[in-house]
Amino acid sequence: MTTPVHLAVALDGAGWHPAAWREPDARPTELLTAGYWVDLVTEAERGLLDLVTLEDGFALQSSDRWAPDERTDQVRGRLDAVQVAARVAPLTSSIGLVPTAVVTHTEPFHLSKAIATLDFVSGGRAGVRVKVGSAVEAAHLGRRQLPDLRELDPGDPVAQAGLRELFDEAADWVEVVRRLWDSWEDGAEIRDVATGRFVDRDKLHYVDFAGRHFSVRGPSITPRPPQGQPLVAALAHQAIPFELVGRSADLGFVTPTDAADATAVLGEIRAAQAAAGRAEETVHVLGDLVVFLDADEATARARKDRLDERAGAAFTSDAAVFVGTPSGLADLVEEWSAAGLSGVRLRPATLPHDLRQVTTGLVPELQRRGLFRTAHEAATLRGLLGLPRPANRYAAV
Amino acid sequence: MTKQVHLAAHFPGVNNTTVWSDPAAGSHIEFDSFRRFAAAAERGKFDFMFLAEGLRLREQNGEIYDLDVVGRPDTFTVLAALAAVTEHLGLAGTINSTFNEPYEVAREFATLDHLSGGRAAWNVVTSWDAFTGENFRRGGFLPQDQRYERARTFLATAMELLDSWHGDEIVADKETGEFLTTPTPGRFAHFDAHFDIAGQFDVPRSPQGRPVVFQAGDSDEGREFAASGADAIFSRHGTKEAGQAFYADVKGRLATYGRAPEDLLILPAATFVIADTDAEAAELAAEVRKQQVSGQTALRKLEEVWNRDLSGYDPDGPLPDVDPLVGEHTVAKGRASVRMNRDPMAVAAAWREQAEAKGLSIRELMIETSARQNFIGSPATVADQIDDLVQSDASDGFILVPHLTPGGLDVFVDTVVPLLQERGVHRTDYTGTTLRDHLGLAPLGGAA
Repeated sequence: MTTPVHLAVALDGAGWHPAAWREPDARPTELLTAGYWVDLVTEAERGLLDLVTLEDGFALQSSDRWAPDERTDQVRGRLDAVQVAARVAPLTSSIGLVPTAVVTHTEPFHLSKAIATLDFVSGGRAGVRVKVGSAVEAAHLGRRQLPDLRELDPGDPVAQAGLRELFDEAADWVEVVRRLWDSWEDGAEIRDVATGRFVDRDKLHYVDFAGRHFSVRGPSITPRPPQGQPLVAALAHQAIPFELVGRSADLGFVTPTDAADATAVLGEIRAAQAAAGRAEETVHVLGDLVVFLDADEATARARKDRLDERAGAAFTSDAAVFVGTPSGLADLVEEWSAAGLSGVRLRPATLPHDLRQVTTGLVPELQRRGLFRTAHEAATLRGLLGLPRPANRYAAV
Repeated sequence: MTKQVHLAAHFPGVNNTTVWSDPAAGSHIEFDSFRRFAAAAERGKFDFMFLAEGLRLREQNGEIYDLDVVGRPDTFTVLAALAAVTEHLGLAGTINSTFNEPYEVAREFATLDHLSGGRAAWNVVTSWDAFTGENFRRGGFLPQDQRYERARTFLATAMELLDSWHGDEIVADKETGEFLTTPTPGRFAHFDAHFDIAGQFDVPRSPQGRPVVFQAGDSDEGREFAASGADAIFSRHGTKEAGQAFYADVKGRLATYGRAPEDLLILPAATFVIADTDAEAAELAAEVRKQQVSGQTALRKLEEVWNRDLSGYDPDGPLPDVDPLVGEHTVAKGRASVRMNRDPMAVAAAWREQAEAKGLSIRELMIETSARQNFIGSPATVADQIDDLVQSDASDGFILVPHLTPGGLDVFVDTVVPLLQERGVHRTDYTGTTLRDHLGLAPLGGAA
């Protein structure tokens, strides 16, 4: 019996190709409206996907990783991802909602209650994808300065040390957020009219975290959310981020080049997990793929060529790129699943076209092969991913 | 000319005016409570609903305070979700300027304004207790003389960011491939004693341009701050005369800033108890105040002035013989009201006199000294009072604070609103789409 796969879709702007906004079905003037995001997430929910992720950051999008690029031919400007997820939540019922949070520039206290609240408004479907911040963003916030690493080779020891520090802080951030989610035990709100007590204060806990970058006392102002612990996800390309996934996350997104690479990456994450004492816990790892999908491969290829021509350059990505049919993609998903991944996170090259190809092409194909659900089998995101509701770290056993 | 009455609703929260012990009281956390509350406000054609904020659980005598509602959700997240289930209602939240940076707050309000189609409002507050600061990177300390200045600069900086996009940058012409008309939209650079930031803001101009700005507070500085740039001011006054004096004072300050009287609305918060007859309402009001001030609550409220642990005293007995501890307040933490007790000895003396004259116990005194509900009576009586206060320039309307979640607004909407509508002083349907429209404020248009 083959293992069923998990499917996520990464939503960003008009799609992941820089010329996606010029496609006939693109809605480039509606990217800042609620209706646009509701339509996309509703489509993903119809396809029974596990979750959508929403990209975010504190700077304008740029083709240059280190600086604004001053281009006028690509989508620029976006909305806060947590709010977009919240805006969509009451209008959907079963798909997971995983906005991005830039941990380097945010208060763990604020994000903890925001994601807990997203879990309340979505009935247990919230997660958060954590991401480290950039020097450009730091200049926007003004809270701190970050070293500008653009001149350095990524393998340079100074660059590695800078990265290490950012990811250590990210791990602290996740630790604080997780403690705050547990800082109210389930059932802390007692409403005991006889004694006049609204809460049982023995079930509220200080989190007393003290780290290099912040100290947080707690408890949260928001009670423990429906899932207990909403999902924590991270995208990882190399050793230091792999460790963050192993130490802190429930869900990792990785960018293997092929099935063999997927196995190797997974090995690193499992080792990091074991080193963090989490070998027994389920950490799902999904492979990222940018997808250009059409009924036949030639059409998909021609469409990509047309998009590349409009963008003025061949499309490149940190993730592997798949150009072809939903059925061909199903083969690849099966192969990556056999290599040990829990599934894939697909980045549609264009929206809504490639999303629809996923929901109406890939999903039925995987269902035919017995590899994908035919109904949302659970009401919570943890439920969809087969993860238990965790015990509270502060509850007496 | 007859003025229109502006109505808004405050979601009942972490405060002893909220009666959680009533069988009809629901969750303060579950989204369904917010949805029902917002639906009632929208049914009543209210201008907006409002969420307060508190970033640390309150403590008394070194323990988490457990007698009132404890806990609340995140403001932006709830308001964004409410935008999905409402169509016209303005969505207002208190957001602290101390434990945030201008970029993140500007970004959140611009987003909320986009996602709600122009219905966002910001009640700007500032707090400086190191107690709350223990939950944040920044901590909470700033010398007294710099606090107000930072708050003002914070607001101005956030507005600079919101104005950094003018509204005409995105053309998204599929044919020509031109998405932006400018290579550097949202450019900003701000440097002063508190903020040193530069770059490009990443949220394009929202439907209202800026959120509607509210200002709370009654101090001279607060009034001036509101007059210089706020769209509405909260205030609370015991009498019509006090309300009129405040109204005249604040509206009188507007001309200095080149603003007209209608550019700033005066919207006091108001509690209410409504029943079929005035007599029934009075009885119910007394009952509600007993629910609000239990014996234990009375002791805790007394501690806010006494600054001592009074848990050994009998709430049904006389006031303590000991005097308040003067000096730094150590007993009650995380409460706005504590900071207002500037002269505890004088308060104690006045209360002792009042208690002795009337033979009041601690609890009876605390009920008597706590504010009575602003509007008590039959629907017709309450409608009369509200209309009179607005027409006689004691306010431009009210932010109603029910004592029950989530159904506490229903009686007002179902019985008082129709009477105000009959008189022609409250809209029977929304005529605009943005909160600025509802408040009668002129659109801002594109930034200069």
